[in-house]
Amino acid sequence: MTGFDVASTAVHIEPSAPPKQPRRPLLQLFFGDLVASVLTVSTGLLLILMIPALNWAVLDAVWATDNPSACRDGGACWAFIAAKFRFIIFGVYPPDEQWRALLVMGLILAMILASLSPKLWGQRLIAAWIACVAVMLALMWGGFLGMTPVPTSSWGGLPVTLLLALLSLGLGFPFAVFLALGRRSSLPIPRMLSLMTIELVRGLPLVGLLFVASILLPLLLPAGWSIDKLGRTLAALTVFAAAYLAEVIRGGLQGVPAGQIEAAKALGIPGWKAVWHIVLPQALQKVIPPLTNTAIVMVKNTSLVLIVGVFDMLSAARVAATDPVWGAPYVESYVFVALIYFLICFGISNYSRWLEIRVQSRSYR
Amino acid sequence: MTVNDLNAIEVAALDKWYGAFHVLKNIDLTVATGERIVVCGPSGSGKSTLIRCMNRLEEHQRGSISVNGILLGDSVKNLDAIRREVGMVFQHFNLFPHLTVKENCALPQILARGKRRRDAEEMAMHFLAKVRIPEQADKYPGQLSGGQQQRVAIARALCMTPKVMLFDEPTSALDPEMVKEVLDTMVTLAEEGMTMIVVTHEMGFARKVADRVVFMEAGEVIEVNEPNAFFDAPSHPSTRRFLANIMH
Repeated sequence: MTGFDVASTAVHIEPSAPPKQPRRPLLQLFFGDLVASVLTVSTGLLLILMIPALNWAVLDAVWATDNPSACRDGGACWAFIAAKFRFIIFGVYPPDEQWRALLVMGLILAMILASLSPKLWGQRLIAAWIACVAVMLALMWGGFLGMTPVPTSSWGGLPVTLLLALLSLGLGFPFAVFLALGRRSSLPIPRMLSLMTIELVRGLPLVGLLFVASILLPLLLPAGWSIDKLGRTLAALTVFAAAYLAEVIRGGLQGVPAGQIEAAKALGIPGWKAVWHIVLPQALQKVIPPLTNTAIVMVKNTSLVLIVGVFDMLSAARVAATDPVWGAPYVESYVFVALIYFLICFGISNYSRWLEIRVQSRSYR
Repeated sequence: MTVNDLNAIEVAALDKWYGAFHVLKNIDLTVATGERIVVCGPSGSGKSTLIRCMNRLEEHQRGSISVNGILLGDSVKNLDAIRREVGMVFQHFNLFPHLTVKENCALPQILARGKRRRDAEEMAMHFLAKVRIPEQADKYPGQLSGGQQQRVAIARALCMTPKVMLFDEPTSALDPEMVKEVLDTMVTLAEEGMTMIVVTHEMGFARKVADRVVFMEAGEVIEVNEPNAFFDAPSHPSTRRFLANIMH
């Protein structure tokens, strides 16, 4: 029959499963066309080239020995890491007091784990963090409850790296929010101040900023004033983090439609509350990947403090390798430290991916 | 004169410019308490700008606006008071996408009125039930249809117990099959005596609900009339042309 039957009703069609996709044979997957073949062959070559490194790191390696001279025959000397483990992790912190630094790291880990779920984000969590940081610093300093005072010049290793990264990001974040809001302000003075701060700090290399903080700042301060070197270093890292975070947050603010502010205004929500509860959460959701990027960069940037003589984990690893008893195992030392940095950064990166998926799945279709 | 006799909105000799563009020209409009006004006109005629001036989303340069006797000006106190009186529904809903439907309705009460969370949520659920969408309270706006989102937006505005409701093309961004559910909600609101100013092209709604229809063109009010007279015997040639264009 041709033409349309005007009064026809469609027969109901049951939904059915899509047709099965046949599995591609492995040979075709790896050598199916020119590109696949080139990739397969070059990856294979790369793996073959890595065999000597594997030999060095695993097969020829010395895993455990009390005798440093056993380490002289070519393989990696992991026994050195075992022997210097405490020094690399805790630096020059007095050995009898290292339980305090360990406790601080445990606290950091516990707080991070407790902060993972966005459900718990809020003023209480921020208050808990502030209290915890105070406890951590008190533990590191000591001088009460019979704990020996430990000056910041004796702090070292992983706790210093973690504290610097955490505090520079944590303290830098509120500044960054103000800078980002200031830069978008319609008032000329906050806008110019924010713009100048951001451009100035971004225009300087971090090493330069660290030198300014550790050498120039004490000269500029009036006589009798002094700020602790670790504190000055932290200030430089904070300013640096704030400038970069500010630009990331500004990007997020630009992505929040004007209608959101209009709705908040029309509902009579006061300006700063609208920014805090309506605009900022949306802006931050939009910039999770670049925020993660900045966080990871800042974790690694803390290693630059060794230039101004702050004893972070990388400094400790360098010093450990200079021990004349062991045959200058710099590579092992650096590989070990690199592994720790990698674990931290990989963790941050995975967390951000999880967060992004979570945020997207609940807010948008 | 008692409070009830006050006019809800008085606009007098209002002028507004966007840069050099004269968008509102000498507008006079008085809306009585309980009155329903529909504002229509070709796009770019200044309808939205006019109602956005009424709660200061736009600033006017000359003339005066007062809401329930409160003069809209540079006084922050007056502005806060006016925004308490006036609720607004937007073309693109402007729900907060990071908050659930219930939170969308409850949080503004907490932030703007200092209400306790429990009271605010109770109010939210009351008005969500009123717009017939209480079962969606825990979803996020992005999970709802356009019509549902607009009804949530109406509930959110009502939670602030406004005396006047402004609607800025509330159905223009909706798929055709969702227009009715939103208009029905608005009709219910009108029947309950809410003072409403509605910018819309839904002429059926205007005929059914409006006490007066305001026709604007090129920033001027051309004609104000009762709906039957407006649709059946428009006096101005511009009005006739506009009606001929939208009635097909």
